[in-house]
Amino acid sequence: MGKTTAEKIFEAHLVDEPFPGTKVLKLDVVLCHEITTPIAIDDLIRRNKDRVFDPNRIKAVIDHVTPSKDTKTATQAKILRDWARRHAIKDFFDIGANGVCHALFPEKGFIRPGNTVIMGDSHTCTHGAFGAFAAGIGTTDLEVGILKGVCAFRQPKTIKFNVTGTLPKGVYAKDVILHIIGKIGVNGATDRVMEFHGDTIAAMTMESRMTLCNMAIEAGGTSGICQPDATTVDFLWPFIQGEFASKEAALAEYSKWCADADAEYDQVIEIDVTALQPISTFGYKPDQVKFVTDMPESPVDQVYLGSCTNGRLEDLRIAAQVLKGKKIAPNVRGILSPATPKIYKEAMQEGLIEIIMEAGFCITNPTCGACLGMSNGVLAEGEVCASTTNRNFMGRMGKGGMVHLMSPATAAASAIEGKIADPRKYL
Amino acid sequence: MKTFGGPVLFLDRSDINTDEIIPAKYLNEITKEDLKPFILEDLKLPGFDPVGPKTRNSRVIVSRANFGCGSSREHAPWVFEVNDITAVIAESFARIFRQNMFNCGMAAIELPKADLDQIFSHAAEDDASMGIDMEAQTLTMNGGGKQKTFSFEISPFDKALVMAGGWVDYADKKY
Repeated sequence: MGKTTAEKIFEAHLVDEPFPGTKVLKLDVVLCHEITTPIAIDDLIRRNKDRVFDPNRIKAVIDHVTPSKDTKTATQAKILRDWARRHAIKDFFDIGANGVCHALFPEKGFIRPGNTVIMGDSHTCTHGAFGAFAAGIGTTDLEVGILKGVCAFRQPKTIKFNVTGTLPKGVYAKDVILHIIGKIGVNGATDRVMEFHGDTIAAMTMESRMTLCNMAIEAGGTSGICQPDATTVDFLWPFIQGEFASKEAALAEYSKWCADADAEYDQVIEIDVTALQPISTFGYKPDQVKFVTDMPESPVDQVYLGSCTNGRLEDLRIAAQVLKGKKIAPNVRGILSPATPKIYKEAMQEGLIEIIMEAGFCITNPTCGACLGMSNGVLAEGEVCASTTNRNFMGRMGKGGMVHLMSPATAAASAIEGKIADPRKYL
Repeated sequence: MKTFGGPVLFLDRSDINTDEIIPAKYLNEITKEDLKPFILEDLKLPGFDPVGPKTRNSRVIVSRANFGCGSSREHAPWVFEVNDITAVIAESFARIFRQNMFNCGMAAIELPKADLDQIFSHAAEDDASMGIDMEAQTLTMNGGGKQKTFSFEISPFDKALVMAGGWVDYADKKY
């Protein structure tokens, strides 16, 4: 019998099975940020175990609140910064080089097909776009990961999503994943890996695949996983060209991690995107989705472009395409946070920043900030934000505020109209 | 091992998320103890008061499906821990929250809906309390002069974490 991608990765990284069904895996990459890591560092010091299993396999960034907004966040940043220096963690990203973790780390080529990746951040599932098993975990798992380079998992089952058809105009990876979450529900993939297949996914860029995998957790999924292919190799080529004689050789190696044709799945779900339309959430759960055409007269106070879901160059290009030569509605505050310095610079070089500023947006530095209501765009009570982020829980972007999740195109169109709007007329 | 059981806080809704348990704006706290006043601050439920005596005196939370969904923040189990709530009983849990509970030596116990419905029938009683026997894997619901015992399943790994008091000591000895 064949194996799924996650089964292959589990088998190759198995260190121990202390009890039936519990797999302790060797970790290839342990990612850290300043919100969930400092308490792990503090606990390691308290236990007299201030060590790291391998400084080269630990990557760290200050991204959630940066530049620090107050003494407490400055202290969190300092704990991470001092720890990275103390342990000679060379891949540590601070002011000037820092960006949203799940955009920054892939951009640096840290994640490879077949890797095991953990981070104290639920959207770590993003990195499954590279054919990796990447899972969000809590601070205690992170602490053990830092110390020992291992993490325990229940062997997850896998749901195969066979996504087919050409994406219609104005419909993007974000709409696909919102549609999928709407279909299976916010716990439809709990303790499951969401393995994405089909010609729609094969045609997607790595950026789109990251958007797709990013929101696996919003359906409860342990990791989203795409199948490594020529697109994966092209993206990684600048980082791996010393390791392989040719792209073909890299592809042959990475294809080992693709699911077998006779792999056994918990479920197989067919998704035809041909009739999809731009989607928005309407409630306080990511599975409460509608076509935007079914949400007339839904006013918004703020539009946010950014985050680990949709703050990449591709997203900024789409937003600029909609916003070019337009002004946002006078009652709307527009905020763009390009997800990394590289994205910011490239967006400037391409003239995207100018277009988006001319439309009336404020551009902030790369940070997670507003997405979780910590800084740089927190909502007031009763306010509504059209957002390219990933989570619409009540109060997520500020106590008493409401968030509608959507693609960058839909968010940009909503900024122009001051209410949730169909982007297709601007494309 | 921690102690389990005592007065029950009933939260009768599915999908209670980590932002409701502890809002992100408090993630800048450096110690677990600092989280204490903010337990369940953003949860809106009829009759529920996050700063009321019922919340403050409870030792066990009983809720519905997909409890703890959302963020990976271990601040969610921590805010329970520093308020002396060491067990959550629910129909199902989000994976990261469930593991975080066990990693801290706390308990995230799943029960079938029918059992939970019986337990929820005590929700209006002021003396509702629950005894939890981790070794025997049973919990006993007391209230309104009635008593009923339920047995529960827990994975051997999660049970070992509860017995060991958490994952760090367990892993450091073994790996």
